[in-house]
Amino acid sequence: MATREAAAPQPLRLRASRRRWGEDVVKVVLALCAFVSVATTVGIVVALFVPAIEFFREVSIVDFLTGTEWAPLFEPPSFGVLPLVAGTLLVTVCASFVCIPFGLGGAIYLSEYANRRTRRILKPMLEILAGIPTVVYGYFALTFVTPRLQDIGLPVGVFSALSAGLVMGVMLLPTVASISEDSMAAVPQDLRDGAYALGSTRVQVSTLIVIPAAISGIIASFVLAISRAVGETMIVLIAAGGQPNWTWNPLEAVQTMTAFIAATGQGDVPTGSIEYKTIFAVGATLFVMTFVMNLISIRLVRRFREVYE
Amino acid sequence: MSASAGSLRSDRPRGRWVGRLFYGFLLFSLVLGFATLGALLVQVFLEGYKWVDLVLFLEPPSADPLIAGAEPAILATIFLGVLLILFTVPLGVGTAIYLEEYADRERWYNRLLEVNIQNLAAVPSIVYGILGLAFLVRGIGLGRVLLAGAMILTLLVLPTVIIAAREAIRAVPDSIRQGAYALGATKWQVVWRQVLPAATPGIATGSILATSRGLGETAPLLLVGALTYVSFNPTLLGEFTALPVQIYQWVSRPQEEFRTLAAAAIIVLLGILLTLNATAIWIRNRYERRW
Repeated sequence: MATREAAAPQPLRLRASRRRWGEDVVKVVLALCAFVSVATTVGIVVALFVPAIEFFREVSIVDFLTGTEWAPLFEPPSFGVLPLVAGTLLVTVCASFVCIPFGLGGAIYLSEYANRRTRRILKPMLEILAGIPTVVYGYFALTFVTPRLQDIGLPVGVFSALSAGLVMGVMLLPTVASISEDSMAAVPQDLRDGAYALGSTRVQVSTLIVIPAAISGIIASFVLAISRAVGETMIVLIAAGGQPNWTWNPLEAVQTMTAFIAATGQGDVPTGSIEYKTIFAVGATLFVMTFVMNLISIRLVRRFREVYE
Repeated sequence: MSASAGSLRSDRPRGRWVGRLFYGFLLFSLVLGFATLGALLVQVFLEGYKWVDLVLFLEPPSADPLIAGAEPAILATIFLGVLLILFTVPLGVGTAIYLEEYADRERWYNRLLEVNIQNLAAVPSIVYGILGLAFLVRGIGLGRVLLAGAMILTLLVLPTVIIAAREAIRAVPDSIRQGAYALGATKWQVVWRQVLPAATPGIATGSILATSRGLGETAPLLLVGALTYVSFNPTLLGEFTALPVQIYQWVSRPQEEFRTLAAAAIIVLLGILLTLNATAIWIRNRYERRW
């Protein structure tokens, strides 16, 4: 070995013999593509917060965050965002009651009970639910679910938080099921085998071994689904109503933050008017809420990936 | 994996009951999803199929539901689909190549870029609409035109395309790159002649799926002004409406006939999206290689 090394005349030069400008240009172009995503985020922040700050020069931020009446067009106007936030949360809670238990149930079935063939058929079929446009779900809530709720004797009107929330919950079911199932699939088989060897039933293995081991991914799926529910527009715009309503009764019609933005932004609001700025104030509130939830969810997903992969 | 062979079965009745109840709950979870999907499709088809006719495809919208059609909206949605593919594929694939092949993972700005893309994928679509309203429609004075709608939908689906393209590029085995380098290829030659051709089926599938999701979006288009009466066929810099927006417009009318019209338009929209998705799945099954 030593002789051979000594025989080598000089170390091989592995660098390119000349600088290739084309390669550098390519790298810059690719980095510019990536920059579009950064610019989008910056654009969103600027587009939301600059008019929102102007809005808060005219309206006290304390009144905005604690007021219980939202009537920007009344004289005198009042800008309490709480009815819109409450409407959003009411619909979100209704959706969570559907998508969290049944999404998790679907995930456990796919991960712990179904054999490989069944899973390969069922999972893409479930994903179809997530691929249907939200405007179609809005139509479905209004023309199918609301009349059925009336049939079973619930005193709901044409618009209700319940109808919109239930449909949204089914729409989000695959989100919860899919991410939870991924994290359950990442749980090592040894853990299950060990529990079975000690005489556990399948229920015990699912609930006492797999769920705790996959908990960060499961919670991430819940957080992501809730964030989607908060940001969802079309279902609530069509089926939940158009009047801000300071209530906790899911049978009533409510307006959510997203529905307010869509209803105000689709018209011919004069640029610079206080009404125009409300879009951005409510939009900024919505963005902050979903942003925090998304970061939590991203963090949690990364954690389960780190633990078992 | 079956843990309960005959002789090992639990003989305690309570445990068996809990097991059955639990299994029933799990089955119900899936049945709930599929039953809703079924009810939705049946509802849409029963109400709308009679109105899927030439009037729907060849006439502009009208105040009279009997002669109202969705030709401008259908054409605009197809137009938007073409623009979406043209805009998102170069940008998305470029970003994916940068992140997978060029970026140094240790650098803080590249890690920030990754988190940024993940977060953008979860920003509510209406927020993209606000971005479009503030910058494109009012800010640079583009107005409520088709191009503004296409640009906003591009930004909306871009994170999905990037994530799909990254997965496709990552699936190309390193041995292919090493082989090309060993033959003296430069970095870009490796990417352009080896990695990209190998990743194309995955990228195509991901891009088509993302496009179909973008075409079903309504909320951002409402804010860039697609909710207007348009009786003419769409142009790049003209006012426009899209199929989901047209559906929303019809659903929100109180008259029963417009709801029927909305159901008919939903059938057309689902048909377009189904075609796109089927194409994507066909490409995946036909061309995707496993290493």
